[in-house]
Amino acid sequence: MTWIAKNLWLIPVLPLVAAGLSALLKQSQRRAAASLAIGSLAISFLLACCAFAATLHAPVHGEVFRQTPSFTWLQFGESSLRLGTVLDPLTAIMLVMVTFVGLLIFIYSTGYMAHDKNFTRFFCFLALFAAAMLGIIISNNLLLLFISWELVGLASYLLIGFWYHKPSAAAAAKKAFITTRIGDMGFFIGILWLYSQTGTLLFYDHGNGCLEATALTKLVSTTTLGGMAVSTAIALLIFCGAIGKSGQVPLHVWLPDAMEGPTPVSALIHAATMVAAGVFLVARCYPIFEVSSIASLIRFGIPAPPPSLAIQVVTWIGAITAVFAALIAVAQTDIKRILAYSTVSQLGFMMIGLGVGGVAVGMFHLITHAFFKALLFLGAGSVIHGCHEEQDIRRMGGLKKFMPLTFATYAIGMMALSGVPLFFSGFWSKDEILHAAHNWSVSQIPFYLAAFGALLTAFYMTRQVCYVFLGQNKSHHKPHESPRVMTVPLTILAAFTILLGIIGTPVWPWFETYLSGHHATFDFARLTEKETLSTMLLSVVIVAVGIGSAWAIYSKVSLKPADAADPLEAIQPRVFNLLRNKFFIDELYAVTVLRLNAVLTQFADWLDQAVWGGIVKAFSSLAIGLSWLSRTVDEQVVNLGFNQGCESVRDSSKAVSKIQDGKIQHYLRYIGIALVVLALALIWGCRS
Amino acid sequence: MSGPFLISLLTFTPLLGGLVLLTLKREEQKLARIFAIIFSLIPAIGVLALWSKFSNGEAGLQFSERHPWIPSLGIEYFVGIDGLGLLMMLLTTIVVPFALFSTSKEIANPKIHFALYLFLQTGLYGTFTALNFFHWFIFWELSLVPAFFLIKLWGGPERTRAAYQFFVYTLLGSVAMLLAFLAIFSATGVFDFIQLADAARSGALAAAVENKLTLGSFSAEQILFILFLGVLLGFAVKVPLFPFHTWLPATYAEAPSSVSMTLTGVMSKMGVYGFLRILLPIFPEQMRAALTPLLWLAVATIVFSAYAAYAQKDLKRIIAYSSINHLGYCLLGLFAVMKSTEGDLLSEKAAALNGVILQMFNHGITASALFCFVGILEKRSGGIRGLNDFGGLRKVAPVFCGLMGISIFSSLGLPGLNGFVGEFLIFKGVFSLASWAAAISTLGLLITAIFLLTILQKVFSGPVNQKWAGLSDLTKTERLTVAPAIALMFLFGIFPQFLIGIINPTVVAMLQRLNF
Repeated sequence: MTWIAKNLWLIPVLPLVAAGLSALLKQSQRRAAASLAIGSLAISFLLACCAFAATLHAPVHGEVFRQTPSFTWLQFGESSLRLGTVLDPLTAIMLVMVTFVGLLIFIYSTGYMAHDKNFTRFFCFLALFAAAMLGIIISNNLLLLFISWELVGLASYLLIGFWYHKPSAAAAAKKAFITTRIGDMGFFIGILWLYSQTGTLLFYDHGNGCLEATALTKLVSTTTLGGMAVSTAIALLIFCGAIGKSGQVPLHVWLPDAMEGPTPVSALIHAATMVAAGVFLVARCYPIFEVSSIASLIRFGIPAPPPSLAIQVVTWIGAITAVFAALIAVAQTDIKRILAYSTVSQLGFMMIGLGVGGVAVGMFHLITHAFFKALLFLGAGSVIHGCHEEQDIRRMGGLKKFMPLTFATYAIGMMALSGVPLFFSGFWSKDEILHAAHNWSVSQIPFYLAAFGALLTAFYMTRQVCYVFLGQNKSHHKPHESPRVMTVPLTILAAFTILLGIIGTPVWPWFETYLSGHHATFDFARLTEKETLSTMLLSVVIVAVGIGSAWAIYSKVSLKPADAADPLEAIQPRVFNLLRNKFFIDELYAVTVLRLNAVLTQFADWLDQAVWGGIVKAFSSLAIGLSWLSRTVDEQVVNLGFNQGCESVRDSSKAVSKIQDGKIQHYLRYIGIALVVLALALIWGCRS
Repeated sequence: MSGPFLISLLTFTPLLGGLVLLTLKREEQKLARIFAIIFSLIPAIGVLALWSKFSNGEAGLQFSERHPWIPSLGIEYFVGIDGLGLLMMLLTTIVVPFALFSTSKEIANPKIHFALYLFLQTGLYGTFTALNFFHWFIFWELSLVPAFFLIKLWGGPERTRAAYQFFVYTLLGSVAMLLAFLAIFSATGVFDFIQLADAARSGALAAAVENKLTLGSFSAEQILFILFLGVLLGFAVKVPLFPFHTWLPATYAEAPSSVSMTLTGVMSKMGVYGFLRILLPIFPEQMRAALTPLLWLAVATIVFSAYAAYAQKDLKRIIAYSSINHLGYCLLGLFAVMKSTEGDLLSEKAAALNGVILQMFNHGITASALFCFVGILEKRSGGIRGLNDFGGLRKVAPVFCGLMGISIFSSLGLPGLNGFVGEFLIFKGVFSLASWAAAISTLGLLITAIFLLTILQKVFSGPVNQKWAGLSDLTKTERLTVAPAIALMFLFGIFPQFLIGIINPTVVAMLQRLNF
C-alpha cells in the first residue's frame, strides 16, 4: 500500500485540527485563525496532489487504482464495524478540486471578511466545513461518509447563520439544516437497510464490500415491496440524501435561502463542496444505482440491459430540476440568488449526466462547474464588495469601467456556464451530458429538457451580465475594484475555467479514461462518431440563441432607471410573476407540509394535556371523590351517630354532674334532706 | 481490597455523608455544599477501583457480596455488578457530583437539601447493584422519597402539585410491582432476581404459579401475565412509556434544575435498567406475547413526545419531553430485542442492546448538561426561561451559547458527539428486527432536530433582546462545572468502544439467556 493511501486520513484531519484550535482562539487573534485554516488546507492540497499522482497509473489496464486501509471502530456481539478510507481516481480528483478551490476561497475570504468582527470564528467554521467535506470524499464506508455528511450539514448551518443577529440568516440556517435532514432520514434508512442486507458498510473490501459483486448480487436478487429489487429501494433511499444535499426538486428550497451567509460561504457551499456532495454520493454508490439485474453484473454481457429504475429516477429528477431552477433564475434580481438557482439547475445537469452517461460524465461537469461557479460567486462577492453591499442587479450597471478585472473574469465564468464553445470547460462538460442524453435508450425527453435548460442558462447569465456590467452605473457610491487578495484568486480560477476543458474533449477523453483505469489516446475520428458533431453543433446553436435573445432584450437594460419593470415582465407579466415567486413552492410547503407539522404538534400537545392528562385527572378526581365520600360518611353518618350518642350520655351526665358540684354545703343539704326523708320513712313505717 | 465490601462501602458512603450533614450546626450550613460534593465524590474512587479491576471480557457478575439477612423469608443482602451495572454506577458517579456542583450556593436550607441529595445517591447506587428484590425495592423507594422532598421544598411555583404527581404516579407503579413480587414470592419463596430468571427459563416459575396461586378462574398463564403487567407498570411509569408519561414534564419543569439533572440523568435510567435486569429475564414469554403493542407504544413514545416537545414554550418542558423521546429509543431497542426471529440474528440484537445501554449512558450526560445550562440561564434571568423570552444571546454570552450549542447538537444525535452512536446502533438493530417501527421512528429524529434548532434560533440568534443586554457569560466556576460533560460528549462520540467494551459481554450473555 502506498504511503499516501495509508495516510489519506491526514487530509481531512488537518483542517479539523485547525478548526479545533481556532475555536479556542480569542476574537482578536485573527491572523492566527486565518493562518491555521489556510496553512492546514494548503498542506492538505499538497497531500491531495500526492494522492492524485499515485492514482495516475492504473496497475492493470482497465482496472482502477484502489487502496483501502481500514480499522475497527466498534465491536458489538460477535461482529465489528470497520471504518476506512479509499484512494481511487474518484477520490483523488475530488480531493484536488476541493482543496484547491477551497484554498482560493479561504484566501479570498481574508479580504472579503477583513472587517468582520467574528473573523476568527469564520475561519474556524470554514476549516470545519473543509474537513467534513474532505471526510466525505475519502470515506470507504457509508457510515463514515454519513458522519462527515452530517458534519458538513452542521458546518453549513453555522456558516449560513454566521450573521446570526439577522433573523433571516438564523431562519435560513435552520431551514437548510432541517430540509437536508429530511433527505438524510431517507439516506439513514437506506444505510440501515444496506447494512442489514450485506452485513458491511465498507464500499470496497477485497471482494466483501457493499459495492462489490457478491453484495450486489445479493441485493439485486432480493425483492421487496411491489417486486422492486432491494438494490433499487436502497439506491432510491440513498438518493433522498443526495436530493436534500444537492438541492434537487422537491428539496431545493433551502439552497437559495442559504444566500444569507457571507459570499465566500456561498461559493464554498454552492461551488466546491456541499452541493457537490450529493452528486458525489451518487457517483460513489453508482454500482448500487446501476445494478438492475443479475445479468447486468456480468461485465461483457450483450446486449446492454436497460438502465435500472434508480438510474432513471436520478435522470428524471435531474432533468426536472435543471429546467425548473433555470426558469426561476430568469426572473430573479438578486445577484447571488440568480447564481444560486443556476447552481440548482447545474446540479440537475450533473444528475442527468450521472443517469444517462455514467460517473465520468456527471463528475466531469461537477469538476468544471466547481471552478466556474466558484469564480462566479467570488466575482459576485467582488461586485457586492465594490458596490458597498448592494446585491440587487437593477441598482448596479456599468461596472465594466469600474471593475475591469472582475468583469473580465466574470465574463469568462459566465461564458463557461453558458457553454460558449471550444475555449470554455463548461462547453465540453455540458456537451457530453447532452450527447449522452441524446443516446439514452429510455426516453428523449430528458435530452430536450436539458437542451432547454442550457438555452435558459445562456439567457439568464447574459441578462445578469447586461444588468451588472453594461450601461450606466446607478448606485450612489462610486464602485471600486476589489483588493488583490480577492482578484488574484479570481484570475487563477478563470485560468482553470478555460484550461480544464482540455481533459474532457471527445478527442482526448482523459477524464473518463482516468476514472475507469484506461489510458487516454488522441483520436480525431471520435468527433465523427455517433452524432458527436451534430450534438456539438446543436449545443452551439442553443448557446447562440440563448445569448442572442437575451442580448436583444437586455443589452440596453441598465440605461433604464432601477425601478423600471423587467422587459420580460412587460411582455408576460403573469408568467414573469410566477417565475419571480419561484413557482410559489415555499408558499405551497407552508400550507401543506408545515401546516401538517403544526397540526401534528398541536395534536400531540392536546393528547397530553386533554386526553392523558384528562384521564389522570379523572382518576385523581375519582380518588378525591371517594375520599370526600368517605369523609362525608364519616362525618355525617358515623360521627353524627357517635356524637349524638356521646351527647346524650353527656347530657345525662351533665344532669347527674350537677349534683356533684363539689360544694360541701350542698352535699350536707342533700344528706340532711335524705336523712329527713329516711327518718320520715322509718317513722312512717314503724308506726304501722 | 479486591472488592468483597467495595460495592456496599461506596453505596453507603453518601448515606453516611448525608447523616453527617444533618448534624451540622446552623452557623456551619455554608459548609454543607462543599461537604456534600466531597461525600458524593468519595464513591468515585470506589467506582474507579471497580472499573480498573473489572474484567471486560467476562460476562457474569463481578464483585458480588452475599450475606444471609432474613433466611426464613429467602431474603439475602446480595449485590454485584456486570457491565450494565458498572456503566450505571459510572453514570451516577458522574451526574450526581455534576448536579451538586451546579447547585447554587445561595440555596435555602442547604443542610437538608444536600443531605437529601446524598440519600438519593445511595438509593441510586443500591438500585443499580441490588440483586434481591427485598433490598432492591428499599433502594428503589429510597431514591423516590428524597426526590419528592427536593421537588416539594425547593421547586418552582407549581412544585407542590408536581411533587405529588411525581410521587403518587411512581408510587402507584411501585405498588403494582410490589404486589406482583409478593405474589411471586408466595408462589416460589424466592426474592432473588437471578434465581427467578433461572426459574422462568426452566419453567419452574410457571409451575409454581400453577400450584400455589389462584386468582378467580384465571389460568396460571394468565396469572403470570397479570403479574407481568404489574411489574411492567412499575417500570413503564418510571421510564416513562407512552401514555404513562404525563407526570414527567411537570416534574422536570418544577424541580430545581440541579434536581432535574439527576432526575433525567440517572433516575429515568432506573426504569430502563429495571426492564433489562428484571422484567426481560423473569418474564421473557409474557414480554413476547405483548410485544407488538409494546413496540408501537415505544414508537408512539418517540414520535408523540417529539411533537409535544415542539409545542412547548418553556425550555425546561422542551428538554423534559426530549428526554421522553430519547428514552423512547431505548424502549424501542429493548422491545425489538425480544422479538423471536428466524435464525438468531445475534449481531443485530447485540447491536440494538448495546445501543440501548449506550444511549442510557450518553443521554444521562447530555440531558443533565442541558438542564444545567437552563439552570444557569434561569439563575441569570431570575426564573424566566420561555422560548420566546430571549434572543441574540450569542452576542452577549458567546461561551454559554457555544457550549450549550454543543450539548444541543449532541442531543439531536450529531455524529461525532456521543448521542449518535447509541441511536445508530439501536436503529441498526431494530431495522432488521422491526423495519417499520424503525422507519417511523426516524420521524422522531427529524422533529428532535426541528425543536432543538428552534431553541438555537429563538434564544441564541436574532437581534439582542435589550432586556438581557447585560447578561453575563459563564463564570470560571461554571465553565469548570460543565467542561467535563462537554469533554465526555466528544470522547464517547469519537471512541464509543470505551463503553461498548464494558457492556458487550454482558449484552451477549443476556441475549443468550433471553433467546433460550
